Amino acid sequence: MMSTSLKWLLLLSLISTAHAENVFVTLEKDNALAIVDPIEGKLLKTVPVGQRPRGIALSPDNKHLYIATSDDNTIKVFDANTFKELGKLPSGKDPETFALNPAGDKMYVSNEDDSLVTVIDIKSKKVLKQIKVGVEPEGITVSPDNKWLISVSETTNMVHWIDTKKNTIEANTLVDSRPRAASFTADSQQLWVTSEMAGTLLIIDSQSKQILKTVNFDVPGITNDKIQPVGVIIDKDRNKGYVALGPANRVAVINAKTYEVEKVLLVGQRVWNLAFSPDQKRLYTTNGTSNDISLIDLESLTVTKSVGVGTYPWGVVAKP
Amino acid sequence: MNALTHVKTIQKNVIPLELRPIKLYCVQAMRSVKYLTLAPAIYILITLVFNLNGAQAAAKQTINIAYLTQELTPPAALSNLDPFIKEKGVIGAELGINDNNTTGEFTGQQFNLKKFIVPIDGNVNDTFVKEISSHFKYLVVNLSAAQLKPLADLPAAKELLLFDVGTSDDSLRNEECNRHVLHLLPSRAMRADALAQYMMKKRWTQWLLVIGTNPEDKLYADAIKRAAKRFNMKIIAEKTWEHTYDARRTAQSDVAVFSQTEDPYDVLVVADEQGQFGEYLDYRTWIPRPVIGTQGLVAKPWHKTHEQWGAVQIQHRFLEKAGRWMEEQDYSAYLAVRAIGEAATRTQSNELPKLKDYIFSDSFTLNGYTGTPLSFRAWDGQLRQPILLAAPRSLVAVAPIDGFLHPKTELDTLGYDQPESHCQWNK
Repeated sequence: MMSTSLKWLLLLSLISTAHAENVFVTLEKDNALAIVDPIEGKLLKTVPVGQRPRGIALSPDNKHLYIATSDDNTIKVFDANTFKELGKLPSGKDPETFALNPAGDKMYVSNEDDSLVTVIDIKSKKVLKQIKVGVEPEGITVSPDNKWLISVSETTNMVHWIDTKKNTIEANTLVDSRPRAASFTADSQQLWVTSEMAGTLLIIDSQSKQILKTVNFDVPGITNDKIQPVGVIIDKDRNKGYVALGPANRVAVINAKTYEVEKVLLVGQRVWNLAFSPDQKRLYTTNGTSNDISLIDLESLTVTKSVGVGTYPWGVVAKP
Repeated sequence: MNALTHVKTIQKNVIPLELRPIKLYCVQAMRSVKYLTLAPAIYILITLVFNLNGAQAAAKQTINIAYLTQELTPPAALSNLDPFIKEKGVIGAELGINDNNTTGEFTGQQFNLKKFIVPIDGNVNDTFVKEISSHFKYLVVNLSAAQLKPLADLPAAKELLLFDVGTSDDSLRNEECNRHVLHLLPSRAMRADALAQYMMKKRWTQWLLVIGTNPEDKLYADAIKRAAKRFNMKIIAEKTWEHTYDARRTAQSDVAVFSQTEDPYDVLVVADEQGQFGEYLDYRTWIPRPVIGTQGLVAKPWHKTHEQWGAVQIQHRFLEKAGRWMEEQDYSAYLAVRAIGEAATRTQSNELPKLKDYIFSDSFTLNGYTGTPLSFRAWDGQLRQPILLAAPRSLVAVAPIDGFLHPKTELDTLGYDQPESHCQWNK
C-alpha cells in the first residue's frame, strides 16, 4: 500500500517531468535513443531501443513514441515517459521512415527494398494494405487535413499522391533527382520536397500537383554538388521553411512567401533531419557524422549550441 | 501565384501528354467564378488526368535499348576464390531497365532491352551492322577497347548513341574520342589520380612501380606515371614482372628479391589488370610496404564493401537478382540504362537528339549511390564520378579526397580535366 503523500509526490514528479521539454534523438549506430534537455542544452540520458533505430515519431497525445528499428525489421512502440517498450508494429522489412495520420490511429511505412508503402492500424497492430509505389520509397508524410498520404520514391524521382480513404495512388508528380523528404504546410496547401542529387527544394501546389517553384541553394565556398538537401519543415504560420543541406553542413532558412533563401546557418556535419520545439521557437538538427545535434534559436536565427548525443544521430522529435 | 505561372508549370509537368488540353481547361475553369457549380465534375476530371490507370491506358512511348557484348574465354585462374563470371554487365543493364520501367508505369513510357551476345568466334561489327544499327538508337556496349574503336568508327554508329561500359581506355577519351560515345567506367587516369590523392594525403610519396607484361598493364602504368607527376609523387624505380616458369623460383622467395630497391619507397604500386601476379605481392615484399593499384588497395567505381549513400539498397537488389556481387561493368551498365531512362523521363521523348541534348545539359544529374550527383563531361563524354578506394574487405576512402579543390566540381580533379583533354569533337 502506498501512502497518500507518496502518491502525491509521485504525481508531482510526473507533472514536473511532463512539463520540461525533451528532445528525442535516434542513434543509428548506438542502437539507442538520446534524451536531451534543450533548455539546459545537455544530454540527459541514453536508453537502448533496438537495432539500427532511424525514423521516430510521437503520438498526437505525446504518450507514445514510435521508433523504426531497421535491423529488427519492426517499428517499436515505447511509453514516451518511461521508455518502456509497449509493443511492436508489423512494419515490413527494414523500416526507415514512416508517418502518422493526424488522428494518430494509422501509420504509413516506406519499405525501401520492396517498393511498397505499408498501411498499419495502430490499435489492432494489423496491416491494412500494402501500396505499390516507385523504386526505393523514402520520404513519407500525411497532409494535416488528412486528405493525402505522400510517398516519395528516390530512384523513380516521383511524388506519389495517395488518397488516404482509398489507399490508392491518385496522382504522381515528377520531381528532381533523388527526392528525399517531403513536408506539408500547416494549411495543407503546399508540399515541400527536397531533391538530394539535384540540390533543390521544390514547392508543389496540393491542388494542381504542379511544381510552383524550384528553390536553388548557393553557399559561398561550397561547390554545388555538396549541397544535398534532405530534411525540410515549414512553420505553422507559413512564414519560414527550413532545409537541412546534408554534407554542406548547413541549414537554409527560406522565406515561405517569396521562396527566397534568407540565410544559411552553419551546423554540424552531414545535417540530416529537423524538428521544431513544440512552441516553434527553436529548431533541432541531427548532424549525422559529427555525432551531435544543433539547437537553433528561431527568433534570432542563430545556432545557440551543439550537444553531443552519440554515434550517427538520425531522427529527432521534441516532446513538450 | 497567378494563372500564368500555373499554365507554365502545367506544360512542363503534365502526365500523360495527350491529356494536356483537358487539364488546361480544368484549371482555367476552376479559376473562374461562373464555373464554380462545375467544381465536382472538374475535380473528377483532374483526378483522371493524374490517375495512374489513366496513364497506363494511354499509348505507351517505347524506348528500345540494345546491349552488345561478346563471350569471354576464361583467363588462367590464379585461385579458386573468385569464380569466373561470364557475364559482367548484362544483369546491371536488366536492373536498370526494371527501375526505368517502374518510373515508366507512372509516366507512360516502356523501356525494352535487347541483348546481343556474340559468340567467341563471332564478329561484333557484323552483328552491329546486321542487327543493331538500323533498329536501335541507344546501344550499351560492353567490349574491349580494341573492339570498340573500329565499331565506333563505323559510319552507321554515328547515328546512334553508344554507352561504353567495358573500357577504361584513356585514348578512347582523348585522341580517339567520338561525339556519339559516352564512357561510363572511370578511365585509368581517373583511377590513378584517385590513388595518388589518397597517397598524398597519407604522405606516401615514394613509389615503386611494378608492371606486368600485357599491353593493358603498360597503359595502367602510364596513368600511374601521369598521376605521380600531377600530384608530385616520386617513382623511385620501375620494374617489370616477367612470368617465368623456373621451378626454383617461388612467389615467396621471388617477390622478396624482386622488391629490393636501391632507394627506399613508401608503397608498391602494381599494374596487373588481369590479376596474374599482383595478389602475390602483399606480405611478401622485402620491406613491409602496402600494395596499391590493380591489387591491394584498388580504385573502382563500385565495390562490394561500399554501403553508404543508399548503396546497401542497390547492393541488395543486385545480389537478389544475380546471386553474386555487383561488378563494375554491371554498375556501369546500370548507370547507362538509368541515364537513358532519366533523359527520356525528363524530356518525355524517345528521340535521340532530344535525349542527347538533355544528357549533356546542366540539368542532367544521375544518382550513382556514391554521395555525389553524376553527370557527363561535355568535353570527352566521360561520366563524372567519385572513385572508391577499397581493400578486399573494407572501404578505405572515397576520392576526390577532402582538400583537393576545383572551381567547378571536385569530381573534375580526377582524370583529364577540360584544359588537359586531347579530345576534339570537331576534327
